[in-house]
This record gives sequence, structure tokens and C-alpha cells, in this order.
Amino acid sequence: MNRPPSSSAAPSLSQSNFAKRWLQLLVIALVHELRQRLRQPSQLLHPIGFAVLVALLFGFAVGPQPDRLAPVAPAALFIALLLANFLSMELLFASDFEDGTLDALAASGREMVPLLYGKALAFWLAQGLSLLLALPLLMILLKLPAMLAPTLIFTFVMMSLGLSFLGLIGSALTVRLRAGAMLLMLLILPQAVPLLIFSLGAINAAQLGEPAAAPLLYLSAISLALFALAPLAAKGVLSQEIGN
Amino acid sequence: MRGSFWLALVLTAIGLYGGLVLAPMDYLQGETFRIIYIHVPAAVSSMSIFVFMAVQGAAALIWRIKICEIFVVCAAPIGAMFTAVTLVTGMLWGKPTWGTYWIWDARLTSELVLLFLYLGVIALYQSYSDLRAGARAASVLALIGVINVPIIHYSVHWWSTLHQGETITLTDSKMHASMLWPLLLMFVASKLYFLGSLLLRARVTLIKQESGKAWVRQALAIELPTAVIKPTPSSAIT
Repeated sequence: MNRPPSSSAAPSLSQSNFAKRWLQLLVIALVHELRQRLRQPSQLLHPIGFAVLVALLFGFAVGPQPDRLAPVAPAALFIALLLANFLSMELLFASDFEDGTLDALAASGREMVPLLYGKALAFWLAQGLSLLLALPLLMILLKLPAMLAPTLIFTFVMMSLGLSFLGLIGSALTVRLRAGAMLLMLLILPQAVPLLIFSLGAINAAQLGEPAAAPLLYLSAISLALFALAPLAAKGVLSQEIGN
Repeated sequence: MRGSFWLALVLTAIGLYGGLVLAPMDYLQGETFRIIYIHVPAAVSSMSIFVFMAVQGAAALIWRIKICEIFVVCAAPIGAMFTAVTLVTGMLWGKPTWGTYWIWDARLTSELVLLFLYLGVIALYQSYSDLRAGARAASVLALIGVINVPIIHYSVHWWSTLHQGETITLTDSKMHASMLWPLLLMFVASKLYFLGSLLLRARVTLIKQESGKAWVRQALAIELPTAVIKPTPSSAIT
């Protein structure tokens, strides 16, 4: 386990000390990121607007007859939320890369992993929660019954958790590229397919009145695995990128 | 390298002759089953090449071996080609037997996702101006994507799909011997083709990546005929 160099006189670093510092770094990074996002509150509304627009596009494309929209409504909802989640993903490391913060971090030898957790969690909270606010509007637009709401909320929360951490790796891979947004989507969307499949499996089960536990468990498993492993992968990628 | 290609060609010729001409007709599918001799070796190659890429990527990242990075980058287009061949031959096989070119079941979908993973690795490498950094990023992406390969392989067990299950395992085979030997020959031929193609591409990529170094200039100068590097009047001025 990597231990950061201790600045105190006594060199003994116990396990609980390391854990405390680790969590402190995480909280610092999280608060810093959230503050940055809240500096321009209108930016939080962009994902909502985009998701609603995508739902509108589906509505227009499919047509007004209810029996044509009903089968694709859950799919349209999740595709709208998926694409909206990708909106500002490529900017995750952009500002830090440009002003040299990432280089300084890599050179300082500090633990990068809690900072990456802070970034990804801040992304999840900002994007995910704002999209949750869009959920009632989207349900009305796509004519989804209100009884699906608890399943929809839980499924979306788990899916956006997985997507945020997947986006962490993708942004790390494309951090050096100028127009990285399209490439980022090309890289991450195939990996996001299992999340989408299990989300819709859960919603379809809920629509039929069957227990949605199995797909929800698979979805949660994938998302939590990403939560555990993605920051390590992203740290590896960033160390490669920045170390040169 | 050239020997590998020739051997692959010979084995392909023998295997295809055995499969297309010598093997008896299938009792259920008739003559259409013969596309198996291209479809199955290509499918096996598409998955094994991704695993190869992931192993090379791991070696490149853990032990920082440069040639492994180059193997990752060179194996990707070959794997993408095999995946595309698998999908297209599968579609051509599906139309007469299942009645449809495509169906959204687990195996076909995950094979299509594999194609996109290959294309992603290629696209990521090509978007970098620093080729070595690009090769390293491609290695990471190959490692992340390798989780898809077991999903494809076991998809026919885990979900009920239209695609059939395994006919050949390591120990036993449900195929008759007269149909089996051309298939095994085509497996070997596809591996030999991959080997030849990989080494050829690796040679070119290595030269391209190291093009500033002295050894490359020496190597290229030896192989170029002297007529090409004849000095022109304009170069005499500089």
C-alpha cells in the first residue's frame, strides 16, 4: 500500500491515520469540485435540458399515437439520461490538465486515488442529481406510469454511478486530446451497454409487475465494481499520460 | 514471416477444399453449413486476438516492454477484420437458416460490441500525435475491454439465445470427423495468417515509431536501391 510521506516529526503511520488522510483528501477534492460546479448554477440545468430535448425528439419521431410511444418509452428515457450523463464528461480533467494541476499532482507524489474519487463522486452528484430532478418531467412527457417511479429512481441512481466512474477512465484516456468528446463517447459507450441492458431489464420487469431484483442486482454489481476499480485504472492512465 | 503467409495460404486451400468439396452435407442445414469453415475460425480468432492484445497490453504496462505496446497496436486491425468477417458471414448464414440477417441476442450483440471495442482501440491510438503515448493508452483500453470476451464466450450458456451452443470442446466434438478436420485446419491457418500479418505490421509500426533513430536510417538505407537516393542538382546547393 502506498503511504504518503508524513510531514510530522513522529514517523509512525498507523492504518487509521492513513485512512483518515485518505478520506480527508477525498472530502477536500469532493467539496472543491462541487464548489466549482456550483459557481455557475445555470450549468447544472444543461443536462436536464438535454435529456428533455432527447425525449422530445423521441416523441416527435415516434408520433402521437400512444400505442407507438408506450413500448419505447422506458428505452427513450434511459437513452436520454445516458446521453445527458455524457454531456460534460470530457471536461472532467480538462481544466486541471490545462493549468498544470495534474502535472503538479503527479509530481508531488500525493495519493491521486482519493482525489479521483472526489472528482467522480462530484460528477455523479452534480449530473446525477440534476437529472433526477428531470425525471418527473420526463415521465410525464413519455407517459410512464407513476408507480414505476421508485424503480426508475433506484435504477437511474445505480446506472449514473457506473457511468460516472466509467467516464473517469474515459476522460483520463482522452485528456491530452483536443477534440476528445466524440472519441470519448466511442470508447465509453460500448462499455456502457451492459449498464443500459440491465437498467432496461429492471424497468421492463417492473412494468410487467414482476420482481426486478435480478437485473437490479447485476446493475448494482457492475456499478459498484466500477466504483471500486475505475479510480485505480484512471490513476494508472494519468500516471502514464502525465509522466511524459 | 513470408513463410507463415504461404503456409497459411496452403492450409486454407486444403481446409477449404476439404470443407467445401469433400465434407458431406449436413442432415439439417444442407449445403449452407459450409460457411462454418470461415465463420468459426474467424470468431475464435476475434476473441483470442483480443485476449492476446490484453496480455500484451498488461506486459507493456507492468514491465514497460516497448515491443508489447507495438503488438497491441498491430493486433487491433487484424482482430477487427476477423470480427467483421465473423459478423458478415454470420449474417449470411443466418438468413437462410434462421430467416433473418440479424437478431438482438446475447452472442451477436456482444460480438458487435467487440467490434466497437477494436475500433475504439484503433481510433484511440490514431488520435495521438505522440505514438508511444498512444500505444500505451491503447494498451489500457485493451485491458479494460477484455472483460467482454468471456461474456461472448459464455453468452450461449448464460442466456437462451438463437445462436447454437458449442459443438467442439477441448475433449470432445459433436461433429463427424470428416467435417471436423477441415475446421481444425482452418483454425491453424487463421492463426498462421495472424502471425504473419502481425509481424509484418509490427515491423512497419516499429520503423514508423522509431523513425528518428539512427538504426532505422541505417536499416532503410541498406534496403533502398541506390537509384532512389541519387543526389539531385537542388540538393547540391544546400
